[in-house]
Amino acid sequence: MSEPQQNLQDGADRPGAGVTAPPAIELRDINKSFGPVHANKNVNLSVRPGDIHGTIGENGAGKSTLMSILYGFYEADSGEILIGGKPTSIRSSRDAIAAGIGMVHQHFMLVDNMSVVENIMLGAESGAILASSVAAARAELERLEREYNLDVDPDALAGDLPVGQQQRVEILKALYRGADILILDEPTGVLTPQETDQLFRILDSLRQEGVTVILITHKLREIMAVTDHVSVMRQGEIIADRVTAETNKEELAELMVGRKVLLSLDKAAPRVGETVLRVENLSFVDRAGVARVDKVSFSVHAGEIVGIAGVSGNGQSELLELLSGIRPVTSGQFSMMGEDFSTEHPLDPATMRDVKAAHVPEDRLRTGLVKAFAADESAILGYHRSAAYNSAVFLDRGAIERDCGQKMSDFDVRPQNPALKTANFSGGNQQKIVLAREISRGPRLLLVGQPTRGVDIGAIEFIHRNIIAMRDSGSAVLLVSVELDEIMSLSDRILVMFEGRIVGEVAADQADERLLGLMMANAAPEQAGAAGS
Amino acid sequence: MLRTLTAAAAALLVFPFLATTAVTAAELKPAVVFDMGGKFDKSFNEGVFNGVEKFKKETGVSYREFEVTNETQREQALRRMAQRGADPIIGVGFAQAPALEKVAKEFPNTRFTIIDSVVDLPNVRSVVFKEHEGSFLVGMIAALKSETGKVGFVGGMDIPLIRKFACGYEQGARHVNGSAEVLQNMTGTTPAAWNDPTRGSELAKSQFDRGVDVVYAAAGGTGVGVYQMAKDSGKFAIGVDSNQNHLQPGTMLTSMLKRVDVAAYKAFKDAHDGSWSPGVQVLGLAEEGVGWALDEHNKDLVTDEMRAKVAAASAEIVSGSLTVHDYMSDNSCSY
Amino acid sequence: MSSAPGRIPRWVDVALIPLVNIALAFIVSGVILWTIDVDPFAAVEIILFGAFGYDEAIGYTLYYTTNFVFTGLAVAVAFHAGLFNIGGEGQAYIGGLGVGLGILLVDSSLPFILILPFSILAAAAFGAAWAAIPAYLQAYRGSHIVITTIMFNFIAAALMVYLMVNVLIQPGSMSPESREFAEQAHLPFMHEVFGWFGMQVTPSPLNLSVVWAAICCFLVWAFIWRTRWGYEIRTVGANETAAIYAGIDPRRIVMLAMCVSGALAGFVGINEIMGVHHRLLLNFTAGYGFTGIAVSLMGRNHPVGIVLASLLFGMLYQGGAELAFEEPKVTRELVVTIQGLVILFSGALAFMMKGPIERAYLRIAGGFQRPAGQEG
Repeated sequence: MSEPQQNLQDGADRPGAGVTAPPAIELRDINKSFGPVHANKNVNLSVRPGDIHGTIGENGAGKSTLMSILYGFYEADSGEILIGGKPTSIRSSRDAIAAGIGMVHQHFMLVDNMSVVENIMLGAESGAILASSVAAARAELERLEREYNLDVDPDALAGDLPVGQQQRVEILKALYRGADILILDEPTGVLTPQETDQLFRILDSLRQEGVTVILITHKLREIMAVTDHVSVMRQGEIIADRVTAETNKEELAELMVGRKVLLSLDKAAPRVGETVLRVENLSFVDRAGVARVDKVSFSVHAGEIVGIAGVSGNGQSELLELLSGIRPVTSGQFSMMGEDFSTEHPLDPATMRDVKAAHVPEDRLRTGLVKAFAADESAILGYHRSAAYNSAVFLDRGAIERDCGQKMSDFDVRPQNPALKTANFSGGNQQKIVLAREISRGPRLLLVGQPTRGVDIGAIEFIHRNIIAMRDSGSAVLLVSVELDEIMSLSDRILVMFEGRIVGEVAADQADERLLGLMMANAAPEQAGAAGS
Repeated sequence: MLRTLTAAAAALLVFPFLATTAVTAAELKPAVVFDMGGKFDKSFNEGVFNGVEKFKKETGVSYREFEVTNETQREQALRRMAQRGADPIIGVGFAQAPALEKVAKEFPNTRFTIIDSVVDLPNVRSVVFKEHEGSFLVGMIAALKSETGKVGFVGGMDIPLIRKFACGYEQGARHVNGSAEVLQNMTGTTPAAWNDPTRGSELAKSQFDRGVDVVYAAAGGTGVGVYQMAKDSGKFAIGVDSNQNHLQPGTMLTSMLKRVDVAAYKAFKDAHDGSWSPGVQVLGLAEEGVGWALDEHNKDLVTDEMRAKVAAASAEIVSGSLTVHDYMSDNSCSY
Repeated sequence: MSSAPGRIPRWVDVALIPLVNIALAFIVSGVILWTIDVDPFAAVEIILFGAFGYDEAIGYTLYYTTNFVFTGLAVAVAFHAGLFNIGGEGQAYIGGLGVGLGILLVDSSLPFILILPFSILAAAAFGAAWAAIPAYLQAYRGSHIVITTIMFNFIAAALMVYLMVNVLIQPGSMSPESREFAEQAHLPFMHEVFGWFGMQVTPSPLNLSVVWAAICCFLVWAFIWRTRWGYEIRTVGANETAAIYAGIDPRRIVMLAMCVSGALAGFVGINEIMGVHHRLLLNFTAGYGFTGIAVSLMGRNHPVGIVLASLLFGMLYQGGAELAFEEPKVTRELVVTIQGLVILFSGALAFMMKGPIERAYLRIAGGFQRPAGQEG
């Protein structure tokens, strides 16, 4: 089933570009509109069998629409799809599966309380008697795991698996249904660097087994790391096709955004001032009794950016939540602007804002914004009690709207419409709204988590420049990010967290990816002295 | 649509006139407003329904009817009946008394009958029953039949009227057996309690488990569940309002009869015959307004000795030498 | 990306879909009526005429509407905080108890002008207190509010029966009712109000509480969308994590939203006890609290929608009663069935037609827009 196309008959009458087999997928002049929005414009795409083909573009460039057409979620208004050289009509995901296409979505579609093998056979049960089909599915699953080096416990509950393994289950699910073309939609958005590396190894072995992979992403590093070919999309069109080995990040970034993009930042030497945040032996123990933050001590001064590096899930998120008053401290203390907080004198988020600290949370949609609110309402979240937005009883709608309009123009939020629903802005623009809200009041301490997660390249640059501007104006910045590039390019000092502890500190000019990577895995030889500093 | 609405409006305007002509044609236009239990409640409202159906069958005169679904509709329905020229009009149940009083004042030429309550107006006949007397007799039968000395009572919604049933029943049981134990349960506190056979079964079951072997249900449709449970458990049950002996022959010991059917029938029939009179009618044992049912379904269950004792007590009550305490007279069951 | 396919104008969502849902409910009702030999068109006429055809009918319709506005607003306020308040029935019941007790206490000693605000406060306080207990259990003890509010409906019913049968009953009375309030504690009927201005209107139960209901609609709108407390309520309802981040204590918001919700439900007592019955009695809530859930759902938790949905249900209650009155074949159970179908289609199945209608709209609208798009 999963063998590559052997049927060369159709390909014979096509003068291919020196290849013996026809393209695994060929899209010809695909058009798709949603009302006035032209999401895909005359798209032509050709993917060679056994390739890892990257599709890169900013959010809203039309990548996901194109893949949804290929997977049968939408029907193209016009154009043609050829699978293995044969014109194929794909009107539903059932057609796509029949044509050998499998899709791994950004958000997994697993049933948490079912086992891996049950999840895999879900919707593809072979007969009425469950037991016999479970046995057959298990045998097939084990064969696939061996063939593609995809190691997952068939009896584990899907919900208990770590994210990286859940993704493998999704891949296995597609292979189980006989896919020889695999579409992965932003697969690394939820993965740690290690899991990302594992995924890329898996993709590599899939390629060796002849599976064609389409990788949708907006991360340049991933394109460069694994793909053979790359197509760049902008505003619904494919504007360039490149052989990955013959291009570079700078060129791709420029193609994506449509202008020159600075991927590295110039910043002046820090002018370090007084201590703004001092953390002493701070701990947080969760309900299961695990110390998620374990006796952490450090301090952040005015005019510097302190970055916290670490693999996701090593306590950085919890640390940020402790310092912003969202979680109660278990033990230890910290002081902000000279005011002490501890279990006896807990900090709540409103007090944090009163002492002129601000917090850009890690997950803007879950924490930083209210999707259902108009943008101007999201732009006062946390400051909604401020006299600037209130008369005696009522909210001052006019002031709120003007204030948001001002922030939108200052931070180049598009569309510049304070009445538009927050959910209707792109990720980058949502993040700009959060950043504008937290920065524009000139906080003395800024706590930032994952400031550019899911944000377009153009917006990343803008956000980074604003964070540096904050620091240059004398604010203290504590930055948590799992993107090493981000940590290294923004921070003046870098702390590394591992299993809730700070295992080392590196000055930014002495940090490199290899050293930080080792520290993040708690395996660096020279860190012994640095631990607990 | 608009045109038909206008037509309907016109019809409404001339309706009083039509109604008047109808009445002068000596055609009786009787009406009945059932209460929230609904006309098929297997009990009180259904008794009225049976009475007016009997009238309809005998005389061929049909009647208008309405079943109310909330407090406010009582007055609305009574007034709409009166506006439409209905006469006489029966209001079923004590809860309609305030509404009926109001409407009866507005339509002094319409004859109203209220069942289970007293409205003191010249155009209203009020029919009330001495349920405590009937309940006394079935209480005696229950205690005479009981081998354990424990008898049960399952009421519908916990309101004074049902306590009146319970109180009479208790007195009857104690009259036979001074140490008789009377277990009482009310089904609930909302009108749903009149129609909850499942809960009725549960209450009966729990009473049987505590040693009761005869249970009296004054709970509308809820009673059906009580009777079923009695049959399933091999115990005895006593029906209420109408003769329910046929529901579970063999385990239905008897039924306490409250002749609302007769009251409703007479309200229409008297008007039909031109002998309708206002005023209060208190129907007890003496007036045969209450009683107990003996038919082919339970004649083997009630022995001659039992019949004799009950007949004797009945005679005493009628003669006045034995008085049964009425719960409603002082809102307590102390006798 | 997410905004691309979502080009459905608001009127499709807030007007067209509810209307289609109601139409479907009426079509199914019509089929049922037709099977029992009742002309469905005549039935619709009777319902419409019986609900709006003459002043008394309008009075009754608006009287029901008043109750639904109060309970609908109550459900909506709680819903904005993400809470499903099933306890409107009990809160209305206890609110009415508050009105009754308050008036019984002062009706002979205070003038109307003082009794009115006193009763409104009593209704609000009792309703709020009854909602506050489940709210506390939810906020601080984690008991699910759907379960606790349902249970509190039963507790309210039991408490009322106990009080009415044992404590508040008028001695010697057959029915469990309190004494009638003194004249100055009656909320004037609207036909009396019109009478003051020389207008003759047929009496109906419609009373001044309809004005209070209208005021409450405005107050709820202003509270939810124009105050910081409303903002906090909506934040907690839409995204509790974001609320905590913003320094809003969700527990306090649960208390606040439920108390406001309970107070609004309690105003049913103003309409029923002070406005119509003028005495404390049992079962005056008659399911209005439950209907309020459907009203709020249908009205999209917005006062304007709630007024429209309340009118619809007022029409169904009053017009339905007229239908049962006029058509002997139509029993009250059938009227409830029609009401149930409306609730089913516009509540439970509210989104059944959403997809097809939106697709149809896009097809029609897209047909107009495509040529322009291709040129561009």
